[in-house]
Amino acid sequence: MLNLQQEREIIMSEFSWAYITPALPEMFLAIAGMVLLIAGVFRGNEGTKMLCWATIGSFALAATFLLGLDWERTTSFGGMFILDRFAGFMKLFVLLGLMVTMAISVRYLYQEQMARFEYPILVLFAGLGMMLMISANNLLSMYMGLELQALSLYVLAAFRRDHIKSAEAGIKYFILGALASGMLLFGASLIYGYTGSVGFDTIAATLSGTEPGLGLIIGLVFVLTGLAFKISAVPFHMWTPDVYEGAPTSVTALFAIVPKVAAMALLIRLLFGPFGPIIGEWQQIIWFLSMASMALGAFAAIAQDNIKRLMAYSSIGNMGYVLIGVVSGTMEGISAVVVYLVLYMIMTAGVFSIILTMRRGGVAVEKIGDLAGFSRTNPLMAYAMAILMFSMSGIPPLAGFFGKMLIFKAAVASGFYILAVLGILTSVVAAFYYLRVVKVMFFDEPADAFDPQPAFSKQAVVFASVGFILLFILSPDSLVTTGMNAASALFAG
Amino acid sequence: MIDFPILSLMTALPLIGALFIFLIRGGAETVARNAKFTAFYTSTFTFVLSLYLLGRFDGSTADFQFVEQADWFPSLGISYHMGVDGISVFFVALSAFLTPLCILASWNSIKTRVKEYMIAFLVLETMMIGTFCALDSMLFYVFFEGVLIPMFLIIGVWGGPRRVYSAFKFFLYTLLGSVLMLLALLTLYVEVGTTDIQTLIENPVARDLQMWLWLAFFASFAVKMPMWPVHTWLPDAHVEAPTAGSVILAGVLLKMGGYGFLRFSLPMFPEASLYFADFVYWLSVVAIIYTSLVALVQEDMKKLIAYSSVAHMGFVTLGIFTATIEGIEGGIFQMISHGVISAALFLSVGVIYDRLHTRDIARYGGLVKNMPKYAVVFMVFMLGSVGLPGTSGFVGEFLSLLAAFSVDTTVALFATTGIVLGALYMLMLYKRVMFGTQDNEDAAQMLDLSPREVGIFVPLVLLVIFLGVFPNFVMDRISPSVDKLHGQYMAGLQVPDMQVLNVEPAAGEGDNYE
Repeated sequence: MLNLQQEREIIMSEFSWAYITPALPEMFLAIAGMVLLIAGVFRGNEGTKMLCWATIGSFALAATFLLGLDWERTTSFGGMFILDRFAGFMKLFVLLGLMVTMAISVRYLYQEQMARFEYPILVLFAGLGMMLMISANNLLSMYMGLELQALSLYVLAAFRRDHIKSAEAGIKYFILGALASGMLLFGASLIYGYTGSVGFDTIAATLSGTEPGLGLIIGLVFVLTGLAFKISAVPFHMWTPDVYEGAPTSVTALFAIVPKVAAMALLIRLLFGPFGPIIGEWQQIIWFLSMASMALGAFAAIAQDNIKRLMAYSSIGNMGYVLIGVVSGTMEGISAVVVYLVLYMIMTAGVFSIILTMRRGGVAVEKIGDLAGFSRTNPLMAYAMAILMFSMSGIPPLAGFFGKMLIFKAAVASGFYILAVLGILTSVVAAFYYLRVVKVMFFDEPADAFDPQPAFSKQAVVFASVGFILLFILSPDSLVTTGMNAASALFAG
Repeated sequence: MIDFPILSLMTALPLIGALFIFLIRGGAETVARNAKFTAFYTSTFTFVLSLYLLGRFDGSTADFQFVEQADWFPSLGISYHMGVDGISVFFVALSAFLTPLCILASWNSIKTRVKEYMIAFLVLETMMIGTFCALDSMLFYVFFEGVLIPMFLIIGVWGGPRRVYSAFKFFLYTLLGSVLMLLALLTLYVEVGTTDIQTLIENPVARDLQMWLWLAFFASFAVKMPMWPVHTWLPDAHVEAPTAGSVILAGVLLKMGGYGFLRFSLPMFPEASLYFADFVYWLSVVAIIYTSLVALVQEDMKKLIAYSSVAHMGFVTLGIFTATIEGIEGGIFQMISHGVISAALFLSVGVIYDRLHTRDIARYGGLVKNMPKYAVVFMVFMLGSVGLPGTSGFVGEFLSLLAAFSVDTTVALFATTGIVLGALYMLMLYKRVMFGTQDNEDAAQMLDLSPREVGIFVPLVLLVIFLGVFPNFVMDRISPSVDKLHGQYMAGLQVPDMQVLNVEPAAGEGDNYE
């Protein structure tokens, strides 16, 4: 067993350049962030647009670096940082998600008079935090990554500081998030106390073959509570609807698309890495989180009339489905989770691109009722939205169905029949509110048309997303194989 | 055998047509006209292909024919596997036959968003044909469930005043049943290790599991069929859907439930089917009598026909679950015949609805005076629905009842009562609409069938009589497959006896009998 002192000595004695290459994308992003920050300070708010695209460029470059690395399992920084196929794949998707969300929000920033240069920088640092989370292999590096992204996101939620709802969202998110971080840290300290290490590999080695003590279980519960906040699983979801509604829509899009993927990746790494040996202990907890999230997500969404709140509840429900895959505790389950998350990200990106175009008379509108008759005023976008909604409710032949199918198959294969039945029943309830959006667009009498926008990037994202969803059925295998490949990294040892 | 993939072609063609329609640009008038013609030509060509398929179909074998298999989802072992046997080939033909008629029937009555309407119909056709051709359970599910999207839009966008309610009810009812079936399919996949329908039939699962799986499949197919008491979505959906939507609903979508029973429930879960057979009989009997009584008091023509559909489907489930050769053949024939007759009845209602925009029976009367051709056409379909010998309706009901008599006389007695009631409500409908005094002037001034409408009805009339007079055209082709299905069912029943006789079946082998 290594203690911190020894770990530090190893870091100092074994340093070489090859030793830090796995973290090259992160280091690049950190430097790029600082350079862009300096550029921002000198250029002021006129440079926002340039900075936005420079941020997207940095993400793209980081993704290129990432693709150039060897994704076989390597640890560095004294075992605090890990790169394996799972981390590589998830980071790639997080970077893609970040690029897409930045691209669809540039125009929105100007429309809402919030185009200050800090925005892209904060997104960049949040992205950096997420990548560190995914690659964390130590309770401390995990906490560091988590806090870096959380602090950036708190500020982003309150980015329209002159707007009461945005400020409220920021404060709520900050207070509840800080509470969650506190619990997480407390849990981490208990785990450290009962296993004698903060390194994931060492914890796993300590726990295997022994009966876990009560203190460790309490620590695990606290850590899971903290992470459940981040993925907004019921009963730690309360912040989600308010923050989604209050934050500027471009930030909501970011919240919906990226951080949950990163947090879920971290949760999976934690559960299957250090806590893999005590799977029986955490399965009960995740089982409950999953069931409660699906049920609440489905039923609470019915009453919403704000599309951002609807998407908030939809994301709660979707996290519930993802957790089914986690509960099943098999490689199959994790590969299903990976596929589900990718599909969810693609669909959500499409939906938010459309939500961002909902403007009337220069003002952003966000009621579901505002979409009335969208199929008359803008048939192409309305059909795109309808396809996205059908896909999210899991109707074949659209891509969303395959995600659900894989998740449920994993649950059935592991014998979680009750959870599968509950999941499938709530998916019918969820179908109701997705259909309501379709109903408003297609069956209701038209309201006024939205402002016409030459929004190239948003349209491109919508078409890419819908095209993917429609054509996924032709070759579902490639993504599933990739998912299995990524998941297998967690089950190698 | 044909050396090109005819089933894939038939499935894909409507989709290609839909893509063409999607790409049509220009003024509203031009777009609507081009969309109609494209849809009509595409679906007609698909129908011609289906005739060719029927012509080349070898009726002497029970094997799947025109089989196509390709990798689709190799990492999960799910393949693109298509093929038809005697049970499915007529449903493929029925789907291909009804779609062009639906498009013709919508020619003038659909005035808004014609382009989208035609796309929806062609996508629907793809899904229907795919459902009946799929030989892989996941592929089947994709098509089976995919039907919901176009149908939801057809009812919701082009439907009547309560369309939103009906569309939601249709969608959610069917979805609830289907997702349970999905879970059952996944369980089967995990248990047997394949999604291939033929392999699943050859490897029955343990008895206890069969019960659960049977119930899950039943949830799906009973809603689709629909059986009492989960039929309540049907009258709503039928009444609110545009004419062509009702035609497809009654003509094809309801048959997916019966087809599912034949393809999954009976051969895969023989023991459960036997166990639940009485339950199905009584549900069927209640459906036959109760819905017939409800049909008697309807004032809305479409609602009346919708309830009569539930009653007729009762004969189908009755026949299928007697699990005798006559019963299954009768069930299939009844489905084919009902597909033609109920479609024709809805089209007939559509004719007068287009003229007067009401389905209220009391608003008509004495139509025989000003619409003699229409009266003749309607009479043929009415008699077909009643089950008059010489029409297609007779054969299926007769065989189903024959099978019911051989299994349970009481059930047969009650079911036969339904035929009497069926004659009663159909004849009353005919009397009130066609005969009597012409009280309503606008009804008295309606014009008789136009050439387009004659074109729609002639093939239907011919088919109703042809199937009634030469039922063997169908029977010869389905009987080998039905024999095989019956054999599989009986074989599945004998397994447990062998298990009892065997001293001690090795653990884990329970799932793998041949």
